[in-house]
Parts: sequence; C-alpha cells; structure tokens
Amino acid sequence: MRKVNGRCIGLEVVSRLPRALKMSSKQGAPVAAVVEVHDLTRRFGALTAVDGVSFDIAPRETFALIGPNGAGKSTVMKMLTTMLPPTSGRATVAGYDVVRQPQDVRARIGYVPQQLSADGELTGYENMLLSARLYLIPAAERRARIAEALAMMDLTEAKDRRVQTYSGGMARRLEIAQSTLHRPAVLFMDEPTVGLDPSGRRAVWRHVQTLRDQIGAAVVFTTHYMDEVEEVCDRLALIHRGRLAAIGTPGDLRAREGSEATLDDVFTDLTETASRTGDGRK
Amino acid sequence: MIPSPTHPARPIPWATATGYATQVMAVADAEVLKLRHDPMDLVSRAVQPILWLVLFGQVMAHVRGLSGAGGSYIDFLAPGVLAQSVLFVAIFYGLSAIWERDLGVLHRYMVSPAPRSALVIGKALASTIRGLSQSIVIYVCAALLGVRLSFDPGHILGVTVLIVLASALFSTFSLIIACIVKTRERFMGIGQFLTMPIFFASNAIYPVSVMPGWLRAISRVNPLSYEVDGLRALMLSAGASQFGLGLDFGVLLVVVAGLTLLATRMYPRLTQ
Ligand SMILES: Nc1ncnc2c1ncn2[C@@H]1O[C@H](COP(=O)(O)OP(=O)(O)OP(=O)(O)O)[C@@H](O)[C@H]1O
Ligand SMILES: [Mg+2]
Repeated sequence: MRKVNGRCIGLEVVSRLPRALKMSSKQGAPVAAVVEVHDLTRRFGALTAVDGVSFDIAPRETFALIGPNGAGKSTVMKMLTTMLPPTSGRATVAGYDVVRQPQDVRARIGYVPQQLSADGELTGYENMLLSARLYLIPAAERRARIAEALAMMDLTEAKDRRVQTYSGGMARRLEIAQSTLHRPAVLFMDEPTVGLDPSGRRAVWRHVQTLRDQIGAAVVFTTHYMDEVEEVCDRLALIHRGRLAAIGTPGDLRAREGSEATLDDVFTDLTETASRTGDGRK
Repeated sequence: MIPSPTHPARPIPWATATGYATQVMAVADAEVLKLRHDPMDLVSRAVQPILWLVLFGQVMAHVRGLSGAGGSYIDFLAPGVLAQSVLFVAIFYGLSAIWERDLGVLHRYMVSPAPRSALVIGKALASTIRGLSQSIVIYVCAALLGVRLSFDPGHILGVTVLIVLASALFSTFSLIIACIVKTRERFMGIGQFLTMPIFFASNAIYPVSVMPGWLRAISRVNPLSYEVDGLRALMLSAGASQFGLGLDFGVLLVVVAGLTLLATRMYPRLTQ
C-alpha cells in the first residue's frame, strides 16, 4: 500500500520502512498510515512553494521535515493542518481528507505553529481552558485534564500568570499542552525549539517524548537543528525548493554520504547538488 | 483507515447544539477575560460619547430646525450617540482580528475543530459586551443631562437587543473588511474611510428632513439608521419610531445573518 516516492534520489525507502509500517494489524490488514501525502503542490502566484511532494507517516512515528529557509516546510505543514488549501494533490490525516473533511482532521490533530500562538494577555490556565472548550473536552473532565497536562509540562506553578511573563520555553510547553489536551493522533510542530536555549530545547523534547508515548500520537516537526533530528526522529524528509530531496531514517541518509558523514553533511550536499543542477522552483 | 485503539473514529458531536454553544462561549469568554484583566480599556472608550453628548449636544441644541418633533435636541441626539459609540467600538474588531493574526493567536482558533461560524459569532458576542457597557455609561450621562429616558423594562430589553444586534453587525462587518485588507495599516486607512460615512449618512445626529435627497436615500439603506430609529422609540419616554420597530429589528437581523455567513467564509483567509 505504500508508494515508493519517485522523487527520492537513490534511497530505497521501502526496504527501510520503520517496523511500525511493516507490521500488520490483528486482522492481517496492513496498518494504515496516519498521514498520507500524494503529489501535494502549492503555488503562490508564480512561485511554486511546494512541488509534487509525496510521503506517508506511520502511527506513532516521529517524523522530521528539514530543509533550508524558504524550502516549503511550513507550507507543507499548513496544508496538512488544513490552514492552507493545496493547489493540487491530495493529503489525508488520521484517515480524513484535508480538503474535503477539514473539521474531522482538525479534531484529530494538534498544531504548534512556527509563530507563538498562546494568548499573552491570558494566563496559562485560561489558555488551557480556551482550548479545552474549543475541543469540546467534557466539562466534568476539564479541570482534571488541564491540571494533569500542566503538571506534565511543569507549568503548574505558573498557571495563574499571564503568558506574557513566560519564558520562550514555558510558552512553547504551554502551546504543546494546549495542542494535545484532546489527545490528537498527530501532533504537528513547526520549529518548536527555535529561539530556545539548550536547556529549554531539551525540556521541550523531553516533554514531547513523554507525551507522545502517553497518548500514542505521531509527531511531525520541522527544525533547523540537526542534533534534534538525529536524537528525536524515526525518519526525516529533506525538502529543497519545494521538492522532496530525500527521505529515510537518519542512518539511511548518513549511510548515503559515506561512513563518516553527519546529517549536516547530508543537508549541505543535497541542498547544494540540487541548486547546481538547477533542480528547483521556477 | 483502521483506527488505532487510542483514537476511536466514533462520531464526535461537533455539530450538536451544546457543543456549538460551548465553542461560541469559549471565544467570547476569552475576550471578556481580557477585558477583566484590562478594565481601563472600557473606561477610556467611554470618554468620546460623553464628549459628544456634552459638547456637541449643547452647541447644536441652539441650531434652529435640528430638534425632532416637539422634543429637545439632546433627546434627539442621545440615541444617535449611543448608536455611534457602539459603531466605533465594534469597528475596532477587525483591527483586533488582524492583531491576533499577527500575534499568532488566531492560529490557535483556526486549527481547532470549532466551526468557523462559531468563531465569528463568539467574536461578535464579545463585542456586544463592550457595546452594552458603553450603553450603561451613556444612559447615566444622558440622565444627568436631563434626557427623558424610558426605564420601562420592555423598552430596556428592546434597547439591549438592538445593541446586541448592532454590535454584532458592525463587528462582523469590520471582520470582513479585515479579511479583505489583511494588514493593520490598510485597515486603519479604510476603517476611518468607512466609519465616517456610516455615521454621517444616517439619522444619528440630524433629522433626515434637513438632508439633501441623495443623502437621505443613502441613510435609508444604512443599517445604522434602523438601529437609531429603534433606539429613539425605545430609549426615550416620548420617543416614536419612524420606520416601525418591526422593520428596524428585521433589517438588523437580516443584515447580521448575511454578514455572519460571509464572515464565516472569509475568516480562514486571514491565516493563509
Ligand atoms: N502566504 C504566502 N504568500 C506568498 N508566498 C508565500 C506565502 N507563504 C509562503 N510563501 C513562500 O513560499 C516559500 C516557502 O515558504 P515556507 O514558509 O513554507 O518555507 P520554510 O521551509 O518553512 O522556511 P523557514 O525555514 O524559513 O521557516 C517561500 O519562498 C515563501 O516566501
Ligand atoms: Mg517555516
């Protein structure tokens, strides 16, 4: 059921699928991907920001989107979160079509946008309450669920302070708590650690991993930090000028470049090769 | 797809009435909480209508031909100033929507499963809180200036409904403008450009009988005129409606419904 992506340069994706994808369910049917992207394209006027991208993400997989500034990572994420309609192509998230069933998709995803989205004028608790009600968490469970989520993100003590007074890391953790209160099937995070100091970054990832294991969500994130990619993700896709330049596990991509290669090398090599051959957007 | 056990594909009651109401109230409450955190905002907005009543009202009262049939000019003006202040407060909602987009807060709403119409109605509802608080200030001020107000409970209820409808109408109109212009700078420009004609091409501060024919025609299709007409009938003890209260409420209701439908379609554009 999984398609080999035509645009992957020389990577045998199928043989290197994470175990989750190759596993079968009890009925013997293959486990469906929780995110399916097929030939997804988005144009802004003359600019093709995302150009025929296809990939699948397995349930519970942690998946990184990397690529240079302006590569189209955020645009892919906006389309998958129904914030932006694709120009062409198709995508489903948690089994629902992002264009035809956007509300069903939104009910099953969490999204932490690149720009901070918690309301600075409200307290942490008030922000959580807003999300709990928008996601229709039953009134009887709201308090307990919010308290639990805040405790998990180490925000209990700060819950009655306005978010304006939070550090960058605290605000991010609050947003992650807001985005996962409804236990989504997929958590999308666009550069969740940008602008955070090393301990703030570590805290965010520690919390995300605990949360992911607890609610069993797939996590899709973008980042410019290769060490995060190496440590956190199961698989990654490298996007360059709107196209999928490579996809696989960090090990796969490193192996491609030779035994000593780091992900940084892979990144540099793929983005520069593609530039030289003029394989980019018009 | 086969749902994983933690994420059952059971139908989630998004479309139920109580769920919808919860989402509308969530949006409105967030606004009210912000007002509570910053009550000075409400106070400062009340200054302008008071100045209109006290200064403009006192001066214009001496101009011949301005007062309505039998009543004093200040009686005539008070409902107009109430309508004006509701308009001026509501017209800021588009700006705050752009502001929320720039801050990133709007994304939090847009990515939630709440229907877009619930978001639009929630925002409109929040603007009615401001509109109603303005009304209280203006009632107090008008009473002090000797305006012959009606405190009949039925009339008060009628005024409340009119203010709610008008706040919803102009805040939603403003939201639509915001979705079109998308930037703060452009909104500031066009906001001024739109508010003034809505205000002056209406029956708010002078009787339509002194207007030239073309302006009278515009004021006849201006929703603000219907709000003011309804307010004149219900706010004043000796007030009367010119168009008929049924028409006043009917026009406002229809326009609110139309604008809400339009805003529901356009609101998501703001985050694209
Ligand atoms: N709303 C828009 N209108 C016009 N062009 C856009 C819009 N959004 C994105 N673009 C363009 O599309 C391209 C891809 O942008 P995108 O934000 O997806 O990049 P990115 O990979 O997320 O970059 P970064 O790492 O800097 O966040 C860029 O050239 C950008 O200027
Ligand atoms: Mg980006």
